[in-house]
Amino acid sequence: MSTIAISEHRSNAPADPELMAAPPMIEVRDLITHYGTREILHGINLSVRQGEIMVIMGGSGSGKSTLLNALLGLLRPTSGTIRLLGQDLNAISDVERTKLRQKMGVAFQGGALFSSLNVLENIMLPLREHTKLDRNTMRIMARMKMQVVSLSGFENLMPAELSGGMIKRAALARAIVMDPRILFCDEPSAGLDPVVSSAIDELILNLRDAMGMSIVVVTHELESAFKIADRICVLDKGHILTVGTVEEVRNSANERIQNLLNRRTEAEVLDPDEYLRRLTGMQQ
Amino acid sequence: MLARVGDQMERMGRATAAGMAEFGLGAVLLAQCIYWVVVGHRRAQPVRLDAAFARCMEVGILAIPIVTLMALTIGIMLAIQGIYSLRVFGAEEQVVLGVGMSVVREFGPLITGILVAGRTGSSLAARIGTMRISQEIDALSVMGINPVRFIVAPALIAMMIMVPTLTFWSSIVMLAGSGWYISVDLGMSWAAYIERLTEIIKFGDVLHGLGKSLLFGVLITLVGVINGTLVSGGAEGVGKMTTRSVVISICAIIVTDMVFAFIATRS
Repeated sequence: MSTIAISEHRSNAPADPELMAAPPMIEVRDLITHYGTREILHGINLSVRQGEIMVIMGGSGSGKSTLLNALLGLLRPTSGTIRLLGQDLNAISDVERTKLRQKMGVAFQGGALFSSLNVLENIMLPLREHTKLDRNTMRIMARMKMQVVSLSGFENLMPAELSGGMIKRAALARAIVMDPRILFCDEPSAGLDPVVSSAIDELILNLRDAMGMSIVVVTHELESAFKIADRICVLDKGHILTVGTVEEVRNSANERIQNLLNRRTEAEVLDPDEYLRRLTGMQQ
Repeated sequence: MLARVGDQMERMGRATAAGMAEFGLGAVLLAQCIYWVVVGHRRAQPVRLDAAFARCMEVGILAIPIVTLMALTIGIMLAIQGIYSLRVFGAEEQVVLGVGMSVVREFGPLITGILVAGRTGSSLAARIGTMRISQEIDALSVMGINPVRFIVAPALIAMMIMVPTLTFWSSIVMLAGSGWYISVDLGMSWAAYIERLTEIIKFGDVLHGLGKSLLFGVLITLVGVINGTLVSGGAEGVGKMTTRSVVISICAIIVTDMVFAFIATRS
């Protein structure tokens, strides 16, 4: 009798001990970044294991986009190191970085699809630029990924003709077309209706289970974060408040985390002198 | 009072520094384009010729109707003005000399350059600006596709081919336009007109015009790309930088034209 392997839904389960021992896919040490003279991230330490979904969560201005840009190599940190797949992102040569980037996929918030190319050409682009496959093979591979994100049949549409959910799906398909080891998703469910957003969450979970990639998701949507995360990293004002499983974050005693979870605005504590200075516009 | 003067000085200094930075950016872009054209193949990241040809179509072929129309009009205008001003000396016949020289050396490249700056320079700035805002440039970088190789180099190649080609075409159309008016007004035969032209226009004059237009093509591309990369702040930012790109391209073309003419007439 043949045995049928049923892929187990592993979300929110503690990670495999074997995987725990493996070297981290992403390792961030003492990361400090500036925009101009303003310090945005004040010494971030974070690691993501293989096959893990790490959700980076925080309110607006918490530094989560900055952290993502640094991880993607779009923003050079002032100090600290970022190691992806064991390689220091900011110390390797351009050639090595190009190779490294073929092992990572990124789904941007707005999709960032190229408006002059149709959906299929968009998804094929990384294959066209980095492989020597013939055109038919590339087309088949791109169609396979479109199947994965349930976008079959929309090959010839231009990005301007797609709905919000379809853009995110197409962006995801393009991000995974090279079968990356690490996938980054920037606000995958922001601005979508609950049904579509939940479908995208499912998709992310399936991708991890089917391909075993490490996934970093940046979001401010609590529901989606709790649904997909293995671990959550809560950022606030450029500091990490906590990194832990969904349960740990939910039960955290930290007041700021609870404020974020319960959507409470924080009453700003301001001393009278500071208030006066702000009103008069005088510099400290 | 003194403080205000100080402020003004500081603002001027900052603007100058920013301007110099843009010059530097232009030089770096040009160097990177050359680098990718030369080395791209060896690094398995070639500059795509099909992309360059697609740009050629957009920059050159689609511009032919407007360039032709403008060139024809300007050719006729030159003949009208030439005949009118030479009539004072009773030397209307000499209009061919004036038209021939000025079209091939000056009006052909200049008018074509200005048209292309308005048409292509602006669209280049808008395209790159929009791509920046919608994170398409970031997407290229993280896919390991160098944006300079993928976008700028094909555009530069297309401009270096098409601006001289268009200039050549527009010079011919201008000469035809003035030839038509001269034949009507002065009754000069086409054969005589063309013979006169071939006596006047030397190969060096044609090269002078085409060399200049090549330079204009490079300038328009670099100005467009730099302004595109400097876009910030959404649709309004794109509009602002697009306008700026056209204004700066045209200024750059005219100044370069003068400098080029000065240097080329010395030797």
